[in-house]
Amino acid sequence: MKFIDENGFRKDGRKCDELRPTRISAGVLPNANGSALIEQGGNRIIVAVYGPREIHPRHLARPDRALLRCRYHMAPFSVPERKSPAPSRREIELSKVIREALEPAIFLEEYPRTTIDIFIEVLQADGGTRVASITAASVALAEAGIPMKDLVTAVAIGKINGTIVLDLNHEEDQYGGGDMPIAMMPILNKITLIQADGLFTYDEIKYGLELAKKGIDKLYKIQREALRKIVEVTK
Amino acid sequence: MKTHSIIPLLRKKTLLTLLNKGERKDGRTFNMYRKIEIQTNIIKSAEGSAQVRIGNTIVLTGVKLNLGQPYPDAPDQGVQIVNAELIPLASPSFEPGPPDEDDIELSRVVDRVLRSSETIDLNKLSIIRGKKTWIVYIDIYILNHDGNLFDASVIASVAALLTTKIPKIEIVNENKIKITEEKVDLPIRNLPVSVTFSKIGNHIIVDPCYEEELLSDAMITVGIDSENNICTLQKIKEGCFKPDEILDILKRAINVGSKYREKYLKKLLEKS
Repeated sequence: MKFIDENGFRKDGRKCDELRPTRISAGVLPNANGSALIEQGGNRIIVAVYGPREIHPRHLARPDRALLRCRYHMAPFSVPERKSPAPSRREIELSKVIREALEPAIFLEEYPRTTIDIFIEVLQADGGTRVASITAASVALAEAGIPMKDLVTAVAIGKINGTIVLDLNHEEDQYGGGDMPIAMMPILNKITLIQADGLFTYDEIKYGLELAKKGIDKLYKIQREALRKIVEVTK
Repeated sequence: MKTHSIIPLLRKKTLLTLLNKGERKDGRTFNMYRKIEIQTNIIKSAEGSAQVRIGNTIVLTGVKLNLGQPYPDAPDQGVQIVNAELIPLASPSFEPGPPDEDDIELSRVVDRVLRSSETIDLNKLSIIRGKKTWIVYIDIYILNHDGNLFDASVIASVAALLTTKIPKIEIVNENKIKITEEKVDLPIRNLPVSVTFSKIGNHIIVDPCYEEELLSDAMITVGIDSENNICTLQKIKEGCFKPDEILDILKRAINVGSKYREKYLKKLLEKS
């Protein structure tokens, strides 16, 4: 299938190094300590952060720091074919890698014996949900007032028709030749998540990392803008 | 990893002092793999099997074949299912119970290494389009955990697949097939390997043992196919890497991985 036309445009009209239109709103859930909604292309993902709070069951408590827990979950209606609400193996793996992508950014040692819970619900999925979840979750963590070293911002690069492109949508992900989600702490220039499937050469990954950084820098601005809005409202 | 053992700070200091001198506890250099031993066909009830030892890590993989229905979105392909279990006999830190995130992550990473590199030629496993196909079950058992379960599981799975025999099928008609006594090799078209690294302080070492894993800040597994393409990446644990470190890791992975593919897996291929 042809995903990039002669003029270098993708099927949805984007260039190879272009993000999908992205909007983040912070503080969307009154009950949560922090929350955020991200709309990136056809993705709609809502994230709630609860904590630091008392931990149950108690024996999980860590004497020297807070425990970070994360649940990534897809709503049954988020995909064309109804998804069973029971957590799939994919969702269990993603919950783990998302948690491990966010953990390096949080000063967990500030809150010993407590837990910080991150709940991610994918309401509408359009490819790259794990990276959009991470981008939204770090905004929700910041909105909850949890001290962090940096925000975590994530984007996927992928290979379609042999070309490395930024921010795959569902169709490109499904039929493309590879997908590489990357999360970074942009100011610290550190990678907190990297995964890949499909085939990539060394040079493609080298270029892909640069491309990802460009996308991440743009998303970082959107994250900060979302947080700035909240501050203005509370003023 | 599936452990929250508390490690005395002293042990971490000892290890870091060694690493700062460019040494490891067992005398290896940073790029040196432990000795790999592969035994194949050790389970008679399986269609293919292999047991792999990397140092004191022991992993057994059994391959079973079933006839079944293909996935609706791939009607003319075989099905590959990978399942890994960190069973409690392998380590004091493993507990009985349904698969948790560590078991699932291991299964899914091995699955991606095999799938992205197209290790099994799934196109050749279809019997009747959309109706009947071979389902290849790759079950990974960790028998003893001394670090680097990912690489051991990948080697054990590829080795087991290389020894797998598949019965020849005669198609009688649209609805009827006959399984013959004759057996052929499972069609294999790639020999992927994976190389796992641990980052401890600023040091990045290959093939971590259990203690090195426990003390590491972050880990990363790199899958490499026969053409030295990167076919899988998975960062593990809560630490992070600089972009330059990732690029360095990829180069080292290609280097180390292609050497041990040559040394161990090519031999098996010739034998089969």
